[in-house]
Amino acid sequence: MKFTEEHEWLLREGDLVIVGITEHAANELGDLVFVELPEIDTAVVKDDHVVTIESVKAASDILAPLDGKIVEVNEAVVSNPAMVSEDAQGNGWFFKMTVSDWAAYDELLDEAEYLDLIA
Amino acid sequence: MTFKLTDYLPYDFANRRHIGPSPSEIGEMLKVVGAASLDDLIAETIPASIRQKTPLDWGKALSEQEALYRMRKVAERNKPVTSLIGQGYYGTVTPPVIQRNILENPAWYTAYTPYQPEIAQGRLEALLNFQTMISDLTGLDVANASLLDEATAGAEAMTMSQRVAKSKATAFFVDENCHQQTIAVVRTRAEPLGIEVLVGSVASLDAAKVFAAIFQYPGTFGVIEDFVPAIAALHASNAVAVIAADPLALTLLKSPGAMGADIAVGSTQRFGVPMGFGGPHAAYLATRDAYKRAMPGRIVGVSIDARGNRAYRLSLQTREQHIRREKATSNVCTAQALLAVMASMYAVFHGPEGLKAIAQRIHRKTVRLVRGLEAQGFAVEPKEFFDTVTVSVGALQSVILHEAVENGVNLRKVGSDRVGFSVDERTRRGTIESVWRAFGRTEPDNDLHHEYRLPKALLREDEYLTHPIFHMNRAESEMTRYMRRLADRDLALDRAMIPLGSCTMKLNATSEMIPVTWPEFSHVHPFAPEDQVEGYGEVIADLSAKLCQVTGYDAISMQPNSGAQGEYAGLLTIRAYQKAHGQGHRDVCLIPVSAHGTNPASAQMAGLEVLIVASRDNGDIDLDDFRTKAEAHSARLAACMITYPSTHGVFEETVTEVCAITHQHGGQVYIDGANMNAMVGLVQPGAIGGDVSHLNLHKTFCIPHGGGGPGMGPIGVKAHLAPFLPGAGSGAVSAAPFGSPSLLPISWAYCLMMGGAGLTQATRVAILNANYIARRLDAAFPVLYKNKNGRVAHECILDTRPLLTLAGVSVDDIAKRLMDCGFHAPTMSWPVAGTLMVEPTESETKAEIDRFCTAMLAIREEARDIEEGRVDRDNNPLKNAPHTVEDLVGVWDRPYSREQACFPPGAFRVDKYWAPVNRIDNAFGDRNLICTCPPLEDYAKAAE
Repeated sequence: MKFTEEHEWLLREGDLVIVGITEHAANELGDLVFVELPEIDTAVVKDDHVVTIESVKAASDILAPLDGKIVEVNEAVVSNPAMVSEDAQGNGWFFKMTVSDWAAYDELLDEAEYLDLIA
Repeated sequence: MTFKLTDYLPYDFANRRHIGPSPSEIGEMLKVVGAASLDDLIAETIPASIRQKTPLDWGKALSEQEALYRMRKVAERNKPVTSLIGQGYYGTVTPPVIQRNILENPAWYTAYTPYQPEIAQGRLEALLNFQTMISDLTGLDVANASLLDEATAGAEAMTMSQRVAKSKATAFFVDENCHQQTIAVVRTRAEPLGIEVLVGSVASLDAAKVFAAIFQYPGTFGVIEDFVPAIAALHASNAVAVIAADPLALTLLKSPGAMGADIAVGSTQRFGVPMGFGGPHAAYLATRDAYKRAMPGRIVGVSIDARGNRAYRLSLQTREQHIRREKATSNVCTAQALLAVMASMYAVFHGPEGLKAIAQRIHRKTVRLVRGLEAQGFAVEPKEFFDTVTVSVGALQSVILHEAVENGVNLRKVGSDRVGFSVDERTRRGTIESVWRAFGRTEPDNDLHHEYRLPKALLREDEYLTHPIFHMNRAESEMTRYMRRLADRDLALDRAMIPLGSCTMKLNATSEMIPVTWPEFSHVHPFAPEDQVEGYGEVIADLSAKLCQVTGYDAISMQPNSGAQGEYAGLLTIRAYQKAHGQGHRDVCLIPVSAHGTNPASAQMAGLEVLIVASRDNGDIDLDDFRTKAEAHSARLAACMITYPSTHGVFEETVTEVCAITHQHGGQVYIDGANMNAMVGLVQPGAIGGDVSHLNLHKTFCIPHGGGGPGMGPIGVKAHLAPFLPGAGSGAVSAAPFGSPSLLPISWAYCLMMGGAGLTQATRVAILNANYIARRLDAAFPVLYKNKNGRVAHECILDTRPLLTLAGVSVDDIAKRLMDCGFHAPTMSWPVAGTLMVEPTESETKAEIDRFCTAMLAIREEARDIEEGRVDRDNNPLKNAPHTVEDLVGVWDRPYSREQACFPPGAFRVDKYWAPVNRIDNAFGDRNLICTCPPLEDYAKAAE
């Protein structure tokens, strides 16, 4: 699993990556009440705004971690945002995307580096 | 025996009535804060270099009776002419039961915005009724609980449409039949955002070229159009359809929702809220469910409390500027809660059949009036109408307008050869005959012919206001009790201090409120001829002169209807000035990180790029960071926005330097006046380097908060900016030229009765009260920011974060526990997360402040019980607060007593305030959004 400084996690699954927010971020945000996911087939560039999440107290924009294309979204978290709070790094994933440049993926933080970041 | 006068001055308003602590109490409080005198305390609080040199002075302060006499004389200068001008403002009858029990009742008008929902269930229910009423009448799913006026609602609908429209066009279409003030405000709002405004007839709309369009229904000149084809064309181009609709007409006509509109806006003024020379009135905005998250303004929703009972709260707050800042859906903050409550009560009282009857009678009178004119040979347009028509009069225009005024009626001048009028709820037979006389018809009105001239294809067929709440309060006995029950659920200033930092919940004296409902002030149309409104002219001129003296500015614009709108208007003024001086490219605005959330939201609306400046550990603006950013963007620097004293409640020494750096790089200084209550008579923003400031008249100058509005945010400017104020050099920001002028007698009476010396003393005591609280609570809750002498300004931030670490007690727990003590919590988590900001104001007595300190100290001890293991971390009086009667009578299985639960130190025994619901589940409400009245069985359940 890879991580970004914006508290996203990425997991490689064949030609795709699965993207979500980290447990740390989910804890900081508190109970999520709303998730808005991108449309399938959207081409994205790194740092494009792709997901909006809202808790009772905060609203956050989730940015694309890499260049690529959205191929699948997790509709389950839209109907039940609490899934993100409960299982951020598992069932609470947001979307799957293709990756244009795997070298960029390799350069992301590994788990130890991410844990350092939030320590 | 000789008679000797005592020193007792029973009519000294400033020192005996407005300022809470007595002279002897002031002495005792000075001892506690460790200052020899008030003069010493002020010298230790405010840097000498920025102190005002000449005292405020406008002659002797008036007593309450003298002020009321003066107000009466001024009121008499407004001429009582019946206005049939229409154009969004209509005569209306405020049911006396609503006037006395809402508008004139401090339980309603002194309440704060319902951010603490457990102690605001009454007004939240009234606002939910408002949303239900709007949702029903417009035929749309969700409505908000008010916007500032119809014109700004139109502008909000434009920006909201741009957010939701799939169309990528950059133009916005405005029906030429929209009210002219709506067109003006839309143009103002569009310009800095790069939106092109196309005004034209509905037939000329090219849907492919716009992201949205707004239509007026009925049109400003009375035309009632079927917008279905235009809306279909818009939808085919992925554009959004907005209808600005008169809610009274909607009782007879097909709803905007039924026509396919996506958004509806309008004014609820004619639902029992007097015209007041332009305001205040509540505007509305309603939309389809799919667009609810893009809505501006506050939305009341239904949730549940800790017992699973129904409870109301503000929903979807993450859309708002205090969370999203420059990304917020709007800068709307203060709205028109009190007026929305009045309008909702008008519907509750009349019910659907009552409203329909009012609308039908208005239409019938319009038909009678028109038939008389037709009999006289005049051509009237349109053929089908609701309450508004225009008459072709050719060269007779000025004669007819003049004759009408001679007969006591104002008609509307339309173009150069037409005269228009709008009939309203106050129109009587005599009014009709007066209009006729102006047109040369001298017959009596005895036309009993029943005729309807509404368009048959657009008649409303579906039901509205079907909810029982609009059917069960027909009798005045029930209506009175309903309003009383709701008021009793709430905690307002008529029960207890509301120590909200930065909100200045001071006394709203009864004598200041009395003139508001005088007909000479309330029944005046905003576009009435100038010679009929000399009384208003005098209030505005004299109050402006006094506010100039207070602020050190040279000119005032009364137009902005809220603090946030003042910020926006001030920034537009700066931009207009810079454009006129070849500096239009300047587009960067520096804002400290501690700024109020409206600042970045307003800057974004004014087309400025927001750059955030860091704060130092002591809360001051980081001067190095400020200088670096100003230098780096020197060529583009338009303005800086700072708050003074700072949002951290301290008079920063460096303020003059911040202003100097900004000026040196060609920028203008905006000083947010939210904290003006710490400055009046002691420091002038215009003298320390400010170029523009807004004043929150609803904070510093006694206009009551009304449960979330009305407000007034006039701006003061230096002479060089005066030609660029709204309506002069920059565009209109409000529908009416003077914003909400019927509120101005409140602030004016306050200035007259306080005098310059009284206002200055009020500021000094406000600072004393804050320092007294800081000193009494510092050991229990460290005061986060003080100046180098250990002093705070008029408010202080209490650090409650250690309790979270030590005892798991959050700032929410403290806020909810204060409800058990009969208090409204201080400002929570702003400007520093996890803390409380306390502002007592000068109006609170030592006794009330001591009661608050007692409550806070007891809360600290309850936290200590948790901290030291004597009490469970999850089951304790703090976590279970607020405690209700349901708790008291239910099974008691808690590790503390009922006595401790319900009567903590500070709570009154006989006059105990009971929160009507337990703690409200916020997440449940946002996940299961319900914004209209729930079914009646739920009410029955709540009553059980």
